[in-house]
Amino acid sequence: MIRSGIRGETVLRGALALLPMLAPALGHAQDAEPVLDTGNTAWMLTSTVLVLFMTLPGLALFYAGMVRSKNVLSVLMQCFAVTALITVLWMLYGYSLAFDTTGMVDGEINFNSFIGGLKKSFLSGIGVDSLTGTIPESVFATFQLTFAIITPALIVGAFAERMRFSAMLIFLGLWFTFVYTAMTHMVWSGDGALMWDWGVLDFAGGTVVHINAGVAGLVAALVLGKRKGYPATPMPPHNLALTVIGASMLWVGWFGFNAGSAVSAGGSAGMAMLVTQIATAAAALAWMFSEWVSHGKPSVLGIASGAVTGLVAVTPASGTVGPPGALVIGFVAGVLCFLASTRLKRKFGYDDSLDVFGVHAIGGIVGAVLTGMFAFPSLGGVWDPGETTMGAQVWIQIKSVLFTVLFTGVGSFVLLKLVDLLVGLRVSAEDETLGLDLALHDERGYNL
Amino acid sequence: MKLITAIIKPFKLDDLRQTVAHIGVQGLTVTEVLGLGRQLGHVERYRGAAHRVDLQPKTRVELAVEDTIVDEVVEAITNVARTGRSGDGKVFVAKLAAAVRIRTGETGAEAV
Repeated sequence: MIRSGIRGETVLRGALALLPMLAPALGHAQDAEPVLDTGNTAWMLTSTVLVLFMTLPGLALFYAGMVRSKNVLSVLMQCFAVTALITVLWMLYGYSLAFDTTGMVDGEINFNSFIGGLKKSFLSGIGVDSLTGTIPESVFATFQLTFAIITPALIVGAFAERMRFSAMLIFLGLWFTFVYTAMTHMVWSGDGALMWDWGVLDFAGGTVVHINAGVAGLVAALVLGKRKGYPATPMPPHNLALTVIGASMLWVGWFGFNAGSAVSAGGSAGMAMLVTQIATAAAALAWMFSEWVSHGKPSVLGIASGAVTGLVAVTPASGTVGPPGALVIGFVAGVLCFLASTRLKRKFGYDDSLDVFGVHAIGGIVGAVLTGMFAFPSLGGVWDPGETTMGAQVWIQIKSVLFTVLFTGVGSFVLLKLVDLLVGLRVSAEDETLGLDLALHDERGYNL
Repeated sequence: MKLITAIIKPFKLDDLRQTVAHIGVQGLTVTEVLGLGRQLGHVERYRGAAHRVDLQPKTRVELAVEDTIVDEVVEAITNVARTGRSGDGKVFVAKLAAAVRIRTGETGAEAV
């Protein structure tokens, strides 16, 4: 199973002893104990900030602008609260469940292939000098935390405008605990992890973040049911200016998400940045032109959404594809996500309020599968496949996608039903009509 | 005294103000409203979800005037606000029972 790239260019997350990492600046031999690299650390500190910025306020504004004005605060509140909640849970046990490698054996499937132990609960053992590869473990843990924050925050978009705040907190807390940490562990924790051992290529979270959140969003939309009046009543976005500002912040912040997943400041990060930009631009244009042809006019919501789909799709690919692959991935994602968000949704009639499934699940699936092809040098990729054939890798990608869909689909459904029994998921019809800002928070977004 | 209510297209407001000032009307009240009539609305589209918007933004202007100039004012408003296309609006005239200038306490025709 080949994991690292040529000349150590490709770096994947993992526990200290299992990272096959080189420090390009120091040029050390692979068998030396990794030492702190200030260049890598500086970049990772920055990336962490960028990814947090993606949630606060990037995603928060992106979503807030798309809901009706009576619900603007509820969306912002959910994003803010999720950020705070996940941070605490990450510290208590989340980091440990995700990245503790106790009991993991390369090539063997056991309990710890699916979830980590509790050895690192309360972040115990992490001191000022603790390292994960060539960066401080504190930085690695915080960087990963920002991913753990944005993933449940994404789901907010699917049940917007009708979910009870308490139910949302409990559900996302449980979902983080039982679904997110396991997904992170299975894909990224190192040798002995289920999908890591399969050889899946998921650089920055196509499965862990996007398909995961996207499918959970669909399940939530189905379990909660449609908003009152959907689809007959018009529910236009109340402030697309906010949405575009949010999308712009997502674009910028995503360089931390993808290039930061190199966990190094070098060629891998550089290529990740380049392919991210190309795929995003291609997807933005693809959605824009698709809409222009299909509906007669290009729209700003469309181009912003298109850009986000490109960012999503290139996420798993950003460590292994080259510019040609990025162009194709972006274009395909833009077109397919456009169709999923406009046609598919209407055809099946589900109310995924802000198209979490259409953008993140479909975009993530497109990206994950195409990574299996475009990682190969023959298609412009920068990955060293060793003995693996393209067909074999594509199958590994598909297998991982299917597993993710099943795992999160079932997990999300069970947890939603549980929370429904405990506190009830949905607000009353009166509260939904009044608006969540007043009904749940006694506040108005705009006192004009 | 009469209360004239004119529902006009928003961009006609400045022209209307200038026109009635020439006639001697010194005060008016403006509100932004939504209206529908024979004018067709338009379609808005967000991520493929299209819906008709029939209520169009209009401007409502209210003027309290003396009986002597009512007809002149109504005709002036009608002429200045007309574009010839549907959605130009309407003018209503209602009897005004009383009027008071708050600062001075003047009533009746002195107050308009």
